Amino acid sequence: MDFIAILSIFVLACFVGYFVVWAVTPALHTPLMAVTNAISSVIIVGALIAAAAAGIGAGSGVAKALGLLAVVLASINIFGGFAVTARMLAMYKKKERPVAPAASK
Amino acid sequence: MHELTVSPWASLAYLVAGVCFILALRGLSSPASSQRGNRFGIIGMTIAVVTTLVTHVPLRSEAWPPGNPHDWMIDWTTVVEILAAIGVGAAIGLVTARRIAMTAMPQLVAAFHSLVGLAAVLVGVAAYLNPQAFGISDLVVPLIGQPFAVIHPVSRIELGLGVAIGAITFSGSVIAFLKLNGNMGGKPIMLPGRHVINLALLAAILGLIAYFVTDQSAWIFWTIVILSFVIGFLLIVPIGGADMPVVVSMLNSYSGWAAAAMGFTLHNSAMIITGALVGSSGAILSYIMCRAMNRSFISVIAGGFGTSDAGAGSGGSAVDRPWKRGSAEDAAFLMSQAEQVIIVPGYGMAVAQAQHVLREMGDKLKAEGVRVKYAIHPVAGRMPGHMNVLLAEANVPYDDVFELEDINSEFAQTDVAFVIGANDVTNPAAKTDKTSPIYGMPVLDVEKAKTVLFIKRSMGGVGYAGVDNELFYRDNTMMLLADAKKMVEDIVKALD
Repeated sequence: MDFIAILSIFVLACFVGYFVVWAVTPALHTPLMAVTNAISSVIIVGALIAAAAAGIGAGSGVAKALGLLAVVLASINIFGGFAVTARMLAMYKKKERPVAPAASK
Repeated sequence: MHELTVSPWASLAYLVAGVCFILALRGLSSPASSQRGNRFGIIGMTIAVVTTLVTHVPLRSEAWPPGNPHDWMIDWTTVVEILAAIGVGAAIGLVTARRIAMTAMPQLVAAFHSLVGLAAVLVGVAAYLNPQAFGISDLVVPLIGQPFAVIHPVSRIELGLGVAIGAITFSGSVIAFLKLNGNMGGKPIMLPGRHVINLALLAAILGLIAYFVTDQSAWIFWTIVILSFVIGFLLIVPIGGADMPVVVSMLNSYSGWAAAAMGFTLHNSAMIITGALVGSSGAILSYIMCRAMNRSFISVIAGGFGTSDAGAGSGGSAVDRPWKRGSAEDAAFLMSQAEQVIIVPGYGMAVAQAQHVLREMGDKLKAEGVRVKYAIHPVAGRMPGHMNVLLAEANVPYDDVFELEDINSEFAQTDVAFVIGANDVTNPAAKTDKTSPIYGMPVLDVEKAKTVLFIKRSMGGVGYAGVDNELFYRDNTMMLLADAKKMVEDIVKALD
């Protein structure tokens, strides 16, 4: 993709981000931080490319090792981030209705 | 080896992943849709990772120089290494997520940010060392000597920005973690001339990135990285402990921009979309926090504000003013007779781990027919939304919990305001005293309630802003001096 195309995606994504994040209820700001941290670990894509690449020259061996280390770090964030977000979100409950008419959600 | 050609299917898959991430954030508009949103996030990440694995299978060749495509075969060793790396990270991440106490969430988020920052730096360094693999360079084969890669000029800017922002995110987040975890004091540490030093460092980093375009020597690249680590450290060290909500949001934002910069380098739409989402998210949260403290973002980042958050010891209350003291029995009596009680939790509640007994107290009051609500100030705690998570963990239903704008008008019709662990956010001087450092900050109108019960360990000591709280000396305020958890437990006993 050429630079203008990816720049366009970036600009539009910033606008989307602005509106989506303002719509997040303040009660969920902590899970928001946890999940945005998890998705920012999509940098693992770059790490996987580095780790999988064959290469010429002395640098490529080091590049691969660094890539693998980055894969570990990003994986911690991905699994840890989504798991801790899920754990937090499961805690939010509404008031229990004292007499329960069988109204299902 | 070859120009990086991303197949259209892979591009499409990355776009789908990006859309899934948008839906994940959209789900957080209410607790009801939030868990579904989180699942979209997981799906999106899975798509991105699997696509990358499938389109970048590690290959190796026995022949040298490798030219014929038929010489290449799958490098199973590397495949195993990659899967093992994912496995190790998954194990560490899952165990940490399961065991972390909710009161330690701010530190955990800071620690996670540091990992993203470091990962961005490592990917950037890998791209610098092996640019051909990322398709960001042209191979130059000289007549004599080894072939070498010349990185495209635009890629150099993107790469430079990516590692710089990643490094700042890493070192800044480490300091934030140490402050939040108590390893480092919450007092701001101020070097002389720090503004000049920071601006000089920033200018040097930007200048070097620009110079990097003309000269891709290693020393330039490494200096950018090192200076960025240093400035990240220097930026956060002078910021006080209770300003950490803004700092953590800011670093959250930076981790997004680092991912976006890497996304530009790799022409990857999933990373670009994600980077934009996370970057805006952090920026908006920082803005909300600053607005709630009525301080400008620049003034928070400039640092130097705030006393140690332990708040004990050296006298802030210069004049001996009369104040009313109460017991747990007094409090229990007053609240059980009330029609409505509004509870105002703050960081002190988290420190004392009092959220569970607080909910017990709320339940007992509800059983006596009292209406119980919780009022949350946006900067209560050390992270946006922290109080809400702690109350949710204690099984407080989220429809009993209200934000400042929604509940402030109700204090005037409330019999008892119960303040536990909050201080500056309840200080009426913010509305009246123009000389106060917290003047103009939106506060909860607790003094309008018929009676205010304020839990504090002792009368000495001041809040984070270093000012005495006018609330203590009002006629309708009763101070309950004890450890928060102990006091609430005593009140629960007295309510029986």
